[in-house]
Amino acid sequence: MRKRCLDAVYELAKNDERIVFIGSDLGVGTLDQFKNELPDRFFMEGVSEANIVGMAAGFALDGRIVYVNTIATFITRRCFEQAVLDLGLHNVNVRLIGNGGGVVYAPLGPTHLAIDDLAIMRAIPNMTVVAPCDADEMGRLMPRTVEHQGPVYIRLGKGGDPIVSTDAVPFEIGRAIPMIAGDDVLLVSTGITLRIALEAAAVLKSEGISAAVLHMPTVKPLDVHAFMSHASRVDAIVTIEEHSILGGLGGALAEIVAEAGFEPAKRFKRIGIPDVFPHGYGSQATMMAQLGITPERAIAVVHELLAMRPARTN
Amino acid sequence: MNDPIATRLDSRSLALRRTIVRTLEAGQRGHVGAAFSLVEILRVLYDDVLQYDARNPRWPGRDRFVLSKGHGCLALYAILADKGFFPEVELSRFCKSDGLLGGHPEHHIPGVEASTGSLGHGMSIALGFALNARSLHAPYRTFVVIGDGESNEGSIWEAALSAGKHRLGNFVVLTDYNKHQSYGSTAEVQNLEPLADKWRAFGFAAVDVDGHDVTALRDVLTSVPLDAAKPTAVICHTVKGKGISFAENNMAWHHQNKVTAQDAERLLAALEAH
Repeated sequence: MRKRCLDAVYELAKNDERIVFIGSDLGVGTLDQFKNELPDRFFMEGVSEANIVGMAAGFALDGRIVYVNTIATFITRRCFEQAVLDLGLHNVNVRLIGNGGGVVYAPLGPTHLAIDDLAIMRAIPNMTVVAPCDADEMGRLMPRTVEHQGPVYIRLGKGGDPIVSTDAVPFEIGRAIPMIAGDDVLLVSTGITLRIALEAAAVLKSEGISAAVLHMPTVKPLDVHAFMSHASRVDAIVTIEEHSILGGLGGALAEIVAEAGFEPAKRFKRIGIPDVFPHGYGSQATMMAQLGITPERAIAVVHELLAMRPARTN
Repeated sequence: MNDPIATRLDSRSLALRRTIVRTLEAGQRGHVGAAFSLVEILRVLYDDVLQYDARNPRWPGRDRFVLSKGHGCLALYAILADKGFFPEVELSRFCKSDGLLGGHPEHHIPGVEASTGSLGHGMSIALGFALNARSLHAPYRTFVVIGDGESNEGSIWEAALSAGKHRLGNFVVLTDYNKHQSYGSTAEVQNLEPLADKWRAFGFAAVDVDGHDVTALRDVLTSVPLDAAKPTAVICHTVKGKGISFAENNMAWHHQNKVTAQDAERLLAALEAH
């Protein structure tokens, strides 16, 4: 996913002189072709996220479209005030590309786990937050980022994630992607948890439970219309994300469900990282299993929620 | 270099300060000391150095100017109004709910390139302007004024590393070195010395100047870059509250609120006595 993303930055930059790239201290050889062919628009400024994001704002205020890349935790937390003021307040066309969203860097320990990036970036006025599910979806997203107005945070997965996305509908920032229709339960995903939602829905189907899957690669602005039209048809809603249950996709949809005043009330549950620092190392897969971000857990949660629903009167 | 506390202010410097006092009175609050230490720096930049068009503030060929120490905005507003970027009547609505001008500068104000106020941001934004100009092979230059208290921020030195690496001859950083921050003297709170040597160590050509001596400032700022292959650091030695005898280097005058008409009269009288 990262390679597809950075390759796209290079391809887009070749055809658009407004595009500038700024990295911190990325892996050797990253975007060498960009650097060699477009040296006036390639910058590698060292481990200094605050300066890099401010610099990006300066370029963007003078008309450039700036793609900035480093590790997700550092590009969101370390320079949070720059993201708020230099990017959000000025509403400039800077795209922050965060490597390793969620628990991708599990073997590196808690300093490298981006468990809150969606929540904190979502809280910034004018900021758009996007988490594609695989490389193909990333490929469809990137051309959309050129003309998009205002700052964007793009969360990257591990790379080599199974391809589960569909090109049946054109990718648009701010648009949810219906994957499966259903009328018992709605599973909502962002980023790589689409795979988990699809696997859970398949098992549920074999059990006779009709599970809809709505993929929401754009966490902000949320496609409230698509969510409400899916949610209104089901008894229960389960959100699945590789992120803290506080303030991410599940938090955002809980806000909408709470204000929607569904009658009868929808059963609702967030699956994600509980309000703790995940401990241990291992791999992204083992850590997600420990945290219960799995198809099996989603299925169990669906069973619990549906057991609580009132008997249908029809 | 003169001792800046002894430097006499001429009629234009005193007139700009009177405008600041009236603006302060209108808003009943403001960072007085930080604005008064800046007046000559801004006056020389806008009178003699910067290329701009007040009727077309976004003219692409303009020199960029960023007041990174945004709390000095009273001085910036006085000079921008003086130059016609916006009508002077806006000064009388300072900090009003429907006013153009607030307690820190914002980029929707004609002549203001970037919103500042949280310290340590403006220099990196200005660095982006300067690198962009180089990338476009455009001749305009970028000037940024930072504070001495602001120089406690790590991001200032991150930006300095980058500017030095890029040998940015089109980039000028001016420090309003009044040697006082909110809590006390910079020597006490977070010592910056040796300041000019620090900038040199980061790859800048650096010079010290009396920041209230208009002639000396003009000589330096009309001859930048000091070295075409380096960014320039101009350490402007200033006096917080310059021009008001009882406010000079008096920490009580870092920020004032509930400013009354009588307070304003006292300030104006002190300027007359300068």
